[in-house]
Amino acid sequence: MDRRKSIKSIILGGVAGGLALNGCKPENVEPTGENIALAAENHFGRTPEEKELIEKLNAEQFLHPHELATLNVLVALILPANESYGSALDAGVPDFIEFMTKDYPKFQTPIRGGLMWLDHKSNTDFSVEFIAATPEQQKIVLDAIAYPDVEVPENERPLEVQFFSLIRNLTLTGYYTSKMGIKDLGYVGNSPNVWDGVPEDILKQHGMAYEEEWLAKCVDQSKRNTKAAWDEKGNLLT
Amino acid sequence: MQIIENSTMYDVIIVGSGAGGGMATKILAEAGLKVAVVEAGPYFDPGAPEQQTQLKWPYESPRRGANTVRPFGDFDSAYGGWDIDGEPYTNEEGTNFRWFRSRMLGGRTNHWGRISLRFGPNDFKRKSIDGLGDNWPIGYEDVKPYYDKVDKLIGVFGTNEGLPNDPDGFFLPPPKPRLHELFYIKGARKSNIPVFPSRMSMLTKRINDERGICFYCGQCSRACSVHADFSSGTCLIFPAQKNGGQIDLFVNAMVREITTNEEGKATGVSYINKEDRKEYKLKGKIVVLAASACSSARILLNSKSKQHPNGLGNSSDIVGKYLHDSTGGSRSAFIPDLMNRKMYNEDGVGGMHVYTPWWLDNKKLDFARGYHIEVWGGMGMPSYGFGFNHNDFNKYFGIKVGGYGNPLREEVKKYYGSTVGFGGRGESIPQKENKCDIDPTKVDEFGIPVLKFKYEWTDHEIKQVGHMHESFEEIIHNMGGTVLGDKPTMAQKNGIYAPGEIIHEVGTTRMGDDPKTSVVNQHQQLHEVDNVFIVDAGPFVSQADKNPTWTILALSWRTSDYIVEQLKMQNI
Repeated sequence: MDRRKSIKSIILGGVAGGLALNGCKPENVEPTGENIALAAENHFGRTPEEKELIEKLNAEQFLHPHELATLNVLVALILPANESYGSALDAGVPDFIEFMTKDYPKFQTPIRGGLMWLDHKSNTDFSVEFIAATPEQQKIVLDAIAYPDVEVPENERPLEVQFFSLIRNLTLTGYYTSKMGIKDLGYVGNSPNVWDGVPEDILKQHGMAYEEEWLAKCVDQSKRNTKAAWDEKGNLLT
Repeated sequence: MQIIENSTMYDVIIVGSGAGGGMATKILAEAGLKVAVVEAGPYFDPGAPEQQTQLKWPYESPRRGANTVRPFGDFDSAYGGWDIDGEPYTNEEGTNFRWFRSRMLGGRTNHWGRISLRFGPNDFKRKSIDGLGDNWPIGYEDVKPYYDKVDKLIGVFGTNEGLPNDPDGFFLPPPKPRLHELFYIKGARKSNIPVFPSRMSMLTKRINDERGICFYCGQCSRACSVHADFSSGTCLIFPAQKNGGQIDLFVNAMVREITTNEEGKATGVSYINKEDRKEYKLKGKIVVLAASACSSARILLNSKSKQHPNGLGNSSDIVGKYLHDSTGGSRSAFIPDLMNRKMYNEDGVGGMHVYTPWWLDNKKLDFARGYHIEVWGGMGMPSYGFGFNHNDFNKYFGIKVGGYGNPLREEVKKYYGSTVGFGGRGESIPQKENKCDIDPTKVDEFGIPVLKFKYEWTDHEIKQVGHMHESFEEIIHNMGGTVLGDKPTMAQKNGIYAPGEIIHEVGTTRMGDDPKTSVVNQHQQLHEVDNVFIVDAGPFVSQADKNPTWTILALSWRTSDYIVEQLKMQNI
């Protein structure tokens, strides 16, 4: 199989796997893989050099098929689907992590080694690779590394614990920066609007209130379109 | 290879297109002069679809906005950073100045924080107050008319509070505080730390028919596609072009030096065209440097000739000296009362709606000069890093940290928007020996000798940052919050940022009446070469606990008026 074809099948495999495993609705499937490559074309304000870099990184493949398969299982265990939203796998997290291993090469060894550790542990304890282990066995492996001792500084924790934290961090970032994750979180910004202060019920909920004196200085949004004019002392007249 | 000479004779050649260069372009072109603007980076218009990052979603970036390429993340509108391939700089052993450059039309004004603070009367006369550093040869009254004009031309929101050293201006009305900012106001006041509406250059109200009004996406660092915040390109250079100004824009043109004639007067500039990598020359009657404090110093130092063996305007040996940046200290906090938030759009303007100007009297303190406090927080758009250590705050409730599975969704939401942060930005004491100079052992990829820096903070700055941390901790405590991270120790220099990291570097071509101790006169004209002016922050004598941009704009306008007047009188 040539390299290009193998990349394509890995990508498609990832998406198909997600659909099959979680039966998630198609509109919840994040644009992944090939579509990430298109992001450069879609213009998010890249300079020509930055576009070139993205294309170069997309043409490379760091994770091997087995590593990617393991990662697919792992991110879906870290954030499985629920009634309303798909899993981290459905949200395209493995493609994001694959990209980051090339964009930030320091991730490469800890991630590759950590995935290897999962198989080693699973093989040692259950004579089976991590992806083929039962959910109960997977839980035993993960429970041992998913709860760090917060008294120990991060970089002094056992490697496998650091590995899990890294993957969980990347999984949550990948998920909550996806279309699905943003909807799940309920973030409602990034759209033109007119800010006119904290809603009253929210002020109450947090025990806060605006002072009249302060509000009097603030913008009257009904006049935002009226051109500004001042007297010679700097008092706004409009 | 022959140097290619352009036959046009310009009235003025402006090197750099940031705040100072943009203002000079506008004033000089609108006065009818024929102007060349030479910019080291590409053309940039935040409204151009292929350059726009505003309103893009994190998933449009394959790295989700991570800062592996642009230092403030994929969506930030600065092409460049502290490290640029092919454009190195060096530091003297044991010092670490960090030099941020943004190579694009408009320079760093495209991504800056838009905090637009005019200096106060004391800021021009610090030596008279504490005996340290030097006074400016001008005072607030000289600059005030220009601050007023800048306020009206560009637009800045804020409030007239009658503060002695944070003068009133011509403000647009400010936006209402966000929820975490109300917590800040309450917490700060408990310790008698005053809080006021911030002063930032976004249009909360219409000022003309050309520019749009802020639509509260909170993304000024991406530069505004409807030109509702201040960037030099959108607010100065484009309007000057539209008004019929004779402006030739040279982009991707890296200026090497100012050329001079037998009499030692400037005749133009030579630059390297980054596209064909050949050297070109432009001829001009006047050269205005606006390349940024350190770049302008570098150009002067590299402009050596028989008449100017020590670099242009550098008989005093002062070019590059007195380099100083703002001090910086930061801290963040977890505020339990801001947990479990209901969702609503609180993006607001790109930055804080409230701030604290310096409020104390240094006579009662063990350090000189003050700082202002910036505050951040809220339910921002997720980007790379979101969800990292998602339930670390569990430890404050005695709950296990870590885990996996669907409980993560609830935990992420529980803590979303419960972190606030504080930045102190203060005034340092200019030191003659803090400097940039030419490193004769290195050139950049254009063959231009590079800068070597030497910079050490004094005890004044270090103690000042220590005081910032004390203030932050007190405020956080008053807000019912938990301080994150340990307080940096004196041995850690109280956590002061490396010089250059606050990106307010000024002072390398300072102004003064005495040519032996300064580079330019009060009109920002080289003492030694009357047809060369500097309108970036190089001429600053001292930096104030304010951000430099508004003063760069005001002084560039003042100098541009002077140039027009001198040309009329045929003095140059």
